[in-house]
Amino acid sequence: MLHWLTLMADSLPSLLWAALVFTVPLTLASFALGLIVGLVAAVVRLFGPAPLAAIVRFYVWIIRGTPLLVQLFLIFYGLPSAGIVLDAFPAALIGFTLNVGAYTSEIIRAVIGSVPKGQWEAAYSIGMSWSQAMRRTILPQAARVAVPPLSNSFISLVKDTSLAAAITVPELFQAAQRIVATTYEPLILYVEAALIYLALSSVLSALQVRLEKRLNQYGGFLEAKS
Amino acid sequence: MIRLTNIEKRFGDLTVLKGVSVTVAEGRVTALIGPSGGGKSTLLRCINLLEIPTSGTVRIGEEELSFQPGGKPGWRDIQRLRGQTGMVFQNFQLFPHRTAVENVMEGLVTVQKWPAEKARDRAMALLRKVGMDHKADAWPATLSGGQQQRVAIARALAPSPRVLLCDEPTSALDPELSGEVVEVLGTLAAEGTTMVMATHDLRLASRIAHEVVFLDTGQVVESGPSHTLFTHPARERTQRFIATLTQQGQQGEGV
Repeated sequence: MLHWLTLMADSLPSLLWAALVFTVPLTLASFALGLIVGLVAAVVRLFGPAPLAAIVRFYVWIIRGTPLLVQLFLIFYGLPSAGIVLDAFPAALIGFTLNVGAYTSEIIRAVIGSVPKGQWEAAYSIGMSWSQAMRRTILPQAARVAVPPLSNSFISLVKDTSLAAAITVPELFQAAQRIVATTYEPLILYVEAALIYLALSSVLSALQVRLEKRLNQYGGFLEAKS
Repeated sequence: MIRLTNIEKRFGDLTVLKGVSVTVAEGRVTALIGPSGGGKSTLLRCINLLEIPTSGTVRIGEEELSFQPGGKPGWRDIQRLRGQTGMVFQNFQLFPHRTAVENVMEGLVTVQKWPAEKARDRAMALLRKVGMDHKADAWPATLSGGQQQRVAIARALAPSPRVLLCDEPTSALDPELSGEVVEVLGTLAAEGTTMVMATHDLRLASRIAHEVVFLDTGQVVESGPSHTLFTHPARERTQRFIATLTQQGQQGEGV
């Protein structure tokens, strides 16, 4: 028992370091970029010309219909055969961004569509342009509805970054695997890694609650009990 | 002056307006009445181009725009005409994420680029006018329907439009709440605000409108001074419609 605790304590710094240097930046960067991709894709689907909208639908179809692990392998191990060689971290970043972009585009499309048409008309009636109406009237209301589903994507992403271990990114899970290779203590190390993932997701859940509170200040909606 | 000439509006195979011409003089209030589906809301929305007429000409003051089937008006032209109008909606459509005073300021700050302080002063003056200055910092969700509609009227008036368009402004309100909205609109009418309103509300139309246009199946059946049209309608179709309105008014008040 004491042996286990010492092992946990000894490995904690290198696991935390891997989380801090790889897992967290990879999560934050690919979510931020993925949101931009998702917003653009959603706007194209809703307002863009038909051929562009079809391209976006194709993109979402491919990304949602194939395993994330396969996508990462294609980018990192497959693309070099086509002459495109990427380092592990950028390859992972691209893979996760495309993945987040596809899933969030559907969320964003739905929440933009959920704002009543009358709100567009009210914005137009006081002289707003399309982009002013979008920025000042529609997106702020859509954002409120989007927080819970986008939080789902965000929290999934934190855990999905463990797949980057398979394309040699030395992130949290791979750091745990390496220590297991020398200590032969898989149970302890993988529990420890799982707890760190749990801690990271818990931070995000707490942020979600605060953000929901802030966006709900204007009232008129049901709120979660706790 | 607002002049609609030969306005036709088709949605696919359905022709909602069949060559409607209406003129509204400056400082006058015109009520568009008629059965549901008769085209009054569509005609109103053709004035600020929330619906683009299939053909015809819309003139507001000095600004004029003509439409042809297949031709799409430019964004600038739409803005030029729309800028002459303000609109009040049946379901208020206040921006729920902005307080009452922010709702009124929104057009001034975002579209006309007024400094916030100046916009707030004008917004407060307008809220005072509609009797809502005491609720300036309230969220729309905390206001009654009548209060929301009064804020919406202030919002529509903020950019000093040449004409105020009201689409069934009292239809979502019970008689008591619609009373406070009728009162505010009555005050505006007395001050010489040019208005065009689509309405089912006999109390609103008879109290405020100078002129009444009766629309049925996308055509003007009859128009004239409101007193004449309500008491001595010339056409049989108009008589029948006015009779149903009066009956409903006696039974349920306000309709």
